[in-house]
Amino acid sequence: MAQAAETRKRGKDSESSNSVTSQPPATNQAMSREQLVKAYGDMLLIRRFEEKAGQLYGMGLIGGFCHLYIGQEAVVVGIQMALSEGDQVITSYRDHGHMLATGMEPRGVMAELTGRSGGYSKGKGGSMHMFSKEKRFFGGHGIVGAQVSLGTGLAMANWYRGNDRVCATYFGDGASSQGQVYESFNLAALMKLPCIYVIENNKYGMGTSLERASASHDLSVNGAPWSIPGAKVDGMDVTAVKAAADVAVAHCRSGAGPYLMEVQTYRYRGHSMSDPAKYRTRDEVQKMRTERDCIEAVRHLLEAAGMGEDEFKAIDAAVKARVQEAADFAQSSPEPDERELWTDVLVEG
Amino acid sequence: MSTQILMPALSPTMTEGKLARWLKKVGEDVRAGDVIAEIETDKATMEVEAVDEGKLSQILVEEGTDGVAVNTPIATLSADGEAASETGAKPGAPAPTAAKQPAPEPLEDRKVVADKAVAAQVTPASTAAAPERDWGPTKPMTVREALRDAMAAEMRADDRVFLLGEEVAQYQGAYKISQGLLDEFGPRRIIDTPITEHGFTGMAVGAAMDGLRPIVEFMTFNFAMQAIDQIINSAAKTLYMSGGQMGCPIVFRGPNGAASRVAAQHSQDYASWYAHCPGLKVVAPWSAADAKGLLRTAIRDPNPVIVLENEILYGQTFECPTDEGFTVPIGKAKVERTGKHVTIVAYSIMVGVAMKAAETLAEQGIEAEVINLRSLRPLDTAAIVESVKKTNRVVTVEEGWPYAGIGAEIAMQVIEHCFDWLDAPPVRVHGLDIPLPYAANLEKLALPQPPWVVDAVKKIV
Ligand SMILES: Cc1ncc(C[n+]2csc(CCOP(=O)(O)OP(=O)(O)O)c2C)c(N)n1
Ligand SMILES: [Mg+2]
Repeated sequence: MAQAAETRKRGKDSESSNSVTSQPPATNQAMSREQLVKAYGDMLLIRRFEEKAGQLYGMGLIGGFCHLYIGQEAVVVGIQMALSEGDQVITSYRDHGHMLATGMEPRGVMAELTGRSGGYSKGKGGSMHMFSKEKRFFGGHGIVGAQVSLGTGLAMANWYRGNDRVCATYFGDGASSQGQVYESFNLAALMKLPCIYVIENNKYGMGTSLERASASHDLSVNGAPWSIPGAKVDGMDVTAVKAAADVAVAHCRSGAGPYLMEVQTYRYRGHSMSDPAKYRTRDEVQKMRTERDCIEAVRHLLEAAGMGEDEFKAIDAAVKARVQEAADFAQSSPEPDERELWTDVLVEG
Repeated sequence: MSTQILMPALSPTMTEGKLARWLKKVGEDVRAGDVIAEIETDKATMEVEAVDEGKLSQILVEEGTDGVAVNTPIATLSADGEAASETGAKPGAPAPTAAKQPAPEPLEDRKVVADKAVAAQVTPASTAAAPERDWGPTKPMTVREALRDAMAAEMRADDRVFLLGEEVAQYQGAYKISQGLLDEFGPRRIIDTPITEHGFTGMAVGAAMDGLRPIVEFMTFNFAMQAIDQIINSAAKTLYMSGGQMGCPIVFRGPNGAASRVAAQHSQDYASWYAHCPGLKVVAPWSAADAKGLLRTAIRDPNPVIVLENEILYGQTFECPTDEGFTVPIGKAKVERTGKHVTIVAYSIMVGVAMKAAETLAEQGIEAEVINLRSLRPLDTAAIVESVKKTNRVVTVEEGWPYAGIGAEIAMQVIEHCFDWLDAPPVRVHGLDIPLPYAANLEKLALPQPPWVVDAVKKIV
């Protein structure tokens, strides 16, 4: 390992100029029209996909836990726009949006939700456990907080190989209480690992608000003891997320070590499909939906930039068609063969 | 007064070493802490420090000597003024080796003692003949209500009892087991925790060490894996390690095993994990009466008790005694159905599966006796043995994996205690030896169903 460290191109101690206070996101938050169109389409795909998943769940075609990402689309889309080919992504069970953002096929994700052989895990993983080696998406993890250490390890692989890839490691405000998060922070800071820790602060972990779960309310400074720079980001504004992510990615790629983003967002739906949602008011949800919706915000920017109704309609129609195709596939793809019960337990041979 | 300096062991595994160098000469004064010699082991060269004061009166092993066994006298230290020549011959000088140590017990005896201990663990002598107590009138109740009522009753009776876990208070429990408890007992005793299993479990264990009686709810036992070090290394071993001074009266409870379509990370039966560990008690209720009676006993128990509940059972209704004092002893199985052809042993949700299978078998003229274990540690071996001596056949049913599982343990107990009564080898019914798949068709194929039990019985009857 010492040898691997020597051959590394970056990571000199003197390079770090970590401040421990919240950093404002980069000033230029403008996106080109082309970028805005992409962000709009990507967020819309996630929104429509999740709405469809909710429907299929209601029809009994999806079982178990199913955590929808509706409301949070700007987080993953903004960050993905700052990443490039070869960078890794890992997240929790609320993972459908992340998969679509990394370019995984909606039909493969939806077929996994229905537990069919055409799903990304051949139907064996379900909503919470999906992976794509090709898209460098490392799951889909059901145990709150576990992916934070795993993401640190993905970043370590980059460090070990001496390449300039970074790993985006997503977790929730609730997960930020887990001890292994801070064990990971220490490791990443100590070894200067290129890990972007993204806290998706949607204000609640299940039915518990951040205020009731954490004595630290400003999560962006939770890396302070290890001098991990942190930024607080408006997660309902995809341009702000992208701009902040650009800073984070540049920091990590330069070899300066990990970076923490607290992205403030909101989930419109329940925690999972069976959530009585007594911990927040309808008004609170309604206010976010009408005043802060991330897709609407981009729509306004595009309208201001002169995009016409026809162009919106074309995007909407294309997204709708893709989602419908995914839903059809997820219902027509056969259930896995019984022999699949016994495969993939260990690598054979 | 002289002291012998012995060849020290410098690592837990060292048996001999080389005396590389003496740093003190005969006649030199030595003070405690002085480095007097260097010793080489296969791993390192280490310095030997004197622990006593005096004059180095004799060197018994010259430097450069290889293969000096640990505890060999290497030098003699005499109190100031003593003549070197006197030391060895001084009458009454303590012998260098500990001759007074008691002779080790002969191996045979130790084995007998150990066997007795195991027997005491798994076969509480008194339970063999004691019949199930009749608690009088009953009323229908869900397992969910039974668990809540058990906690409420014990909390009313004992202020040291409190509940903590994720979503147990304001949300009323992720599976609504703690419904209403916050209202009755307030936030001092019904405590919402962050998602920080390792931390809050350790905290609860610490509180228990000082005499409080925490009930730790794991949202599911899958998440207790985050905390299992505190459960095993701290809760289960403290009484032993403190020589009995400090126990850990604590209950760890929550749903265990598969729920429905929640896939591999959320669907695991931990029965054999916990039942494996001395220092723990483990119960796995099936009915509402089991749940209520066992949980009350668990809360009163001065030891750490694991209560393995089952999410699918929470909503099921059973008759439960209404008697205020109703409890179920830990370590006592219950015969849920009598029969003479085969004994089916099950726990938790698999008791229901076994009961269904027994009905089908009865239609075919096979009378199965169904034993609901209720406790997995201590195991009511006496009840199993008594039944097998009557039926001469045994089938075990568990949701978990077969390897080193509960069924394997029961089969071994039966072989040890009533091998000569068996007319056929024991048969295990169990979940498939794979992580649980998500797909509906595969999940159904992976978990024991009544027909599996029927088939297993027919193999040996
Ligand atoms: C170790 C562990 N404990 C508890 C749970 C149950 N659980 C699943 S999601 C969740 C809330 C997580 O909240 P947060 O991290 O904020 O993520 P969000 O659901 O808001 O995306 C809990 C308690 C779990 N899956 N794993
Ligand atoms: Mg959250």
